[in-house]
Order: sequence, then C-alpha cells, then structure tokens
Amino acid sequence: MKILNCPLNGPRNISEFACLGEVKTVPPPDAGTADWANFVFTERNAAGLVREWWIHIATNYVFIVDRDTLTEETIRTYRVNDPLLSQSLGPGGTK
Amino acid sequence: MPFKLLRQGFRRTKALDRILPVQQPLARNYDVIIIGGGGHGLATAYYLAKYHGIRRVAVLERGYLAGGNTARNTAIVRSNYLTPEGVAFYAESISLFKTLSIELDFNIMYSERGHLTLAHTDAAIRTSRWRAEVNKHLGVDSELISPDEIRRLCPQLNLSSKARYPILGALYHPPGAVVRHDAVAWGYAAAAARLGVEIHVDTAVTGIIKDGNRAIGVKTSRGTAHAERILQAVAGSSSHVAEMAGFRLPIRTIPLQACVSQPLKPFLDPIIVSGSLHVYVSQSSRGELVMGGSTDPYPLYASRSTLEFKEGLMAHMLELFPFLAEIKVMRQWAGIADMTPDFSPIMGVTPVDNYFIDAGWGTWGFKATPVCGKRLAEMIANGRPPKLIEPFALNRFQRFVQIGERGAASVGH
Ligand SMILES: Cc1cc2nc3c(=O)[nH]c(=O)nc-3n(C[C@H](O)[C@H](O)[C@H](O)COP(=O)(O)OP(=O)(O)OC[C@H]3O[C@@H](n4cnc5c(N)ncnc54)[C@H](O)[C@@H]3O)c2cc1C
Repeated sequence: MKILNCPLNGPRNISEFACLGEVKTVPPPDAGTADWANFVFTERNAAGLVREWWIHIATNYVFIVDRDTLTEETIRTYRVNDPLLSQSLGPGGTK
Repeated sequence: MPFKLLRQGFRRTKALDRILPVQQPLARNYDVIIIGGGGHGLATAYYLAKYHGIRRVAVLERGYLAGGNTARNTAIVRSNYLTPEGVAFYAESISLFKTLSIELDFNIMYSERGHLTLAHTDAAIRTSRWRAEVNKHLGVDSELISPDEIRRLCPQLNLSSKARYPILGALYHPPGAVVRHDAVAWGYAAAAARLGVEIHVDTAVTGIIKDGNRAIGVKTSRGTAHAERILQAVAGSSSHVAEMAGFRLPIRTIPLQACVSQPLKPFLDPIIVSGSLHVYVSQSSRGELVMGGSTDPYPLYASRSTLEFKEGLMAHMLELFPFLAEIKVMRQWAGIADMTPDFSPIMGVTPVDNYFIDAGWGTWGFKATPVCGKRLAEMIANGRPPKLIEPFALNRFQRFVQIGERGAASVGH
C-alpha cells in the first residue's frame, strides 16, 4: 500500500487522493486559443521526475507533489504557498 | 502436424522453419521507417509492402517483437462504440479481422463469442440504448437486451435482484470476439518479411534526425538510418518519442493491469463487461479466465502489479460470479497505456514534415490493429490521411473537436 504525505493531514493511504495533473504555467487571460488549447490538453508526460497537483478527496485539500514516474517514489509534497516551490524549481511540469 | 512435430522431436538438428529471416545490419536508406514493432507497426509495414508496392521498409523495435501492449492485452475485439467516427472505424477493423487468417496464411484463432456490456443503473441503460441506436444506424449488430435474455446467453451470471448492484439490462453485440494477440503480430511480421520488409528487434530509436522541419532519419542503438517517411507507433512511449521529434502530445501514460485465473473447463462463452463494477472477463481457449479493469489511478511508467487492483477486481468478479470464490489467480501483469483526454486515438500528420503518428491507443487499440495497418499504410503512401481516419488528427485538440468515446472505450475495451 502506498502512503502519500499530505501537508494538511499527514501520511495517508494513496487511495484517499486523486492526481489532478501536471503543474503548468497558466497563459495570460488574453492569450490566443492555441495557447489555451495547449494549456488544457498538451502534457509533458515525462518518464522520470514530475511536479503535479494532487487532492486529498475527503478534506478537499489541494497541494503539490514531486514524484518519479519510473520508480513510483514520492520525492516531496508541498503546500501551494510553500516558499520552497519557487526555489527548487522542481524537476518538471513547469514549462 | 503432430507427426511432423514428433519426427522433429527425434532429430538432432533444429529444422523447423524460421518465421523471420536472420537479422542483418541496418541499411543506410529506406523508403519508410516505422518506429515500434508492435501490432500496429507490423501491420502498417505489411500493407505498405503488399498493397502499395513500398518494400524498402524497416520496422525498428526496442525490445523483442511485439512485446509491448500487443503482448499484454486481453484480446477483445468489437465495434460497438459510441461516436459515428469510432463505430465506422472499428467496424472496418472487425471485417478485416474476420478474414485475416486467410490473408496472412497464419491462424489468428479468431473466436466470435458475443459481447455483453452489463448495465446496473438507469444512466447505463440510457447509454446502452444510445450506443445500440448509433451502432444499428451504421450497420453494426448491437441491441439492448433484458435480464431474461441475458440469462439465456449467460446463465452463470448472478442476475438476482438482491445483488448489491442488480443487472438491469445489457448492450448485446454478437460480433464481439477474442483473437490470439501474439498470432496477429507474428502473422503480420511473417507476411511482411516475405515481401521484403526488414524487422529489426533490439533496436531502440534514440533520436530523430531533421533537416529544418523535415524528418529525414533516425538514430538508433544499432546505428543511423535515413528514410523518406517515418511513422511512430510506440504506444506507451509516445510522448517520449514525440519529444525526440520536437513536439508534445495530449497524452498521459498510465498503467493498465490484467490477470488470469487457473484454467477451468469451458463454461463462459460470451465476453462480459461491467462498466459500473469496473471489470471485464472472458474465458480463453486454454480455459483461463482473462480478467481486467480500469487503468491505475495515476500516471506511471512502471509495469508493476498492485494488490489494490486485484482486491477491487476480485470483489467485483464475485458479485457477478459468486461461485468463483475458490478459484486462484495464476498470472498477472501490466501494460503502459497512452491515454488521450477523449478516449480516442491520434492518427495522422504531425507538426514535423514527413513524420506521421499513430498513438493514444490507451486500453483499446488491439482491436484496431488491422484497420490501423491498412489506413496508415494508405496515408504514408499518399502523404495524407484517408477520410476514415481524418477525424482522429492530432490537431483536433487545437480545434476543440474531440471524439468523446469514454462511455464506450474505458472499461469495455
Ligand atoms: C492489460 C491491457 C489490456 C488490454 N486489452 C485490450 C483489449 O481487450 N482490446 C483492445 O482492443 N485493446 C486492449 N488493450 C490495448 C492494446 O493492447 C494496445 O492499444 C495496442 O496493443 C497498441 O498496439 P501498438 O502496436 O500501438 O503498441 P505496442 O504493442 O505497445 O508496440 C509499441 C512498440 O514500440 C516499442 N518502442 C517504444 N519505444 C521505442 C523506441 N524508442 N524505439 C523502438 N521501439 C520502441 C515498444 O517496445 C513496443 O513493442 C489492452 C492493453 C493493456 C495494457
């Protein structure tokens, strides 16, 4: 059984969570449809380090996870306002 | 054949015919290079050589022949989809499958079973009726049937109204079939090789060589080769190979697990699918129950198996067939599925010239192997996609015209 360390609820069974997808840069509101289509659909889908949005379903708590999609290891979890997020410009997903 | 085998058994030398010729070094130039030696790549090579006279074709496979999702799927073939685009496409595949053993002179063990998609809720009944009407309109044999008719077709099912999720009806698709998946790949490979196609295993593509925006060749673990046209058909590795060519895809890579039980006497003729219970099952010609469910809950490139998958699957199996409680699971495995947001595939041209794509086959692409081969070959030969596959273009996501097949493609396969 996989355990994910939720910044609000602590370590919980991974079946209590859902993956919401890669962290991407949101286009400016006046961006063209091509940019928005890209933002909505296109994925980096890396084999390796990724940075993703996750949610703890029962408490509706959204946070950020760095994990490795080859080894299924969780590297680190963050609150969305964690200052570390901007420093360790994580492995992926930000482009 | 048994006598031939027996005689062979007493001989010292191995004289059985090779299916494929001994592998040679890569040539410097080909007309067409196909990246990925799964069913789709091999079928495309065959149709190129046989119907378009393009024989300087190389299929490059990273591992062993058809060892990806082609070797891992649960071999269900059907055409009872939801969208008109999907139904027309998969129906052509079924008609090709029916004569494929003759076409390839290779027994693919096509076994028509009938396919039942059980409905446990009013919403599922509505979707079944919708699918049945779209299917009939396009000449595909499907109908909504009642529990009494289900009992006639599959008396083993638990049809009690006291079940946790009672069965209210089913979408019945008589042409639903199971096919020997390895035989499909090997049949295409052997027939393509006889026509001069080169099949290179243990040959990983590591880079795409471009001249400006034009793809002109590939770098591989066994040297470099050039080609007029290149197709990528690499399923679980689609995003990775597209990145080499210089573009990104609307794909998330997620494992799909499956398992088989110990062999039992034949008792289950139709293929049974339950979307609400997230399970499907058929009995193989060896007697094993072949069972699967939905994809894993999050993206991953590891083909490990999990206890959660089996717990959920078995609990639901027992709701359908309570008498299987004592039966053991014998083998389990996973494949790496390339999932699109609309549960439809991606076929056609790409942002890179002379570089074509076949991807996004997720959990439903085995049944499309023949039609993909035929239509992708036509596309590569003519340089543009035929009408049948036009709706599945990569740029549909830029135009916001998706082909929503989730209701028909997900657990059902
Ligand atoms: C458990 C499971 C059950 C399924 N059940 C069904 C079903 O019942 N019915 C159905 O229709 N579909 C089913 N599917 C889906 C189906 O298996 C696939 O969609 C289909 O087999 C895809 O075929 P393919 O030839 O595109 O891919 P593959 O067979 O995966 O072939 C792609 C090949 O590309 C190779 N490759 C990757 N990267 C490189 C590289 N860089 N260089 C060279 N080669 C490379 C891989 O090694 C692989 O062999 C199932 C899938 C799974 C995992």
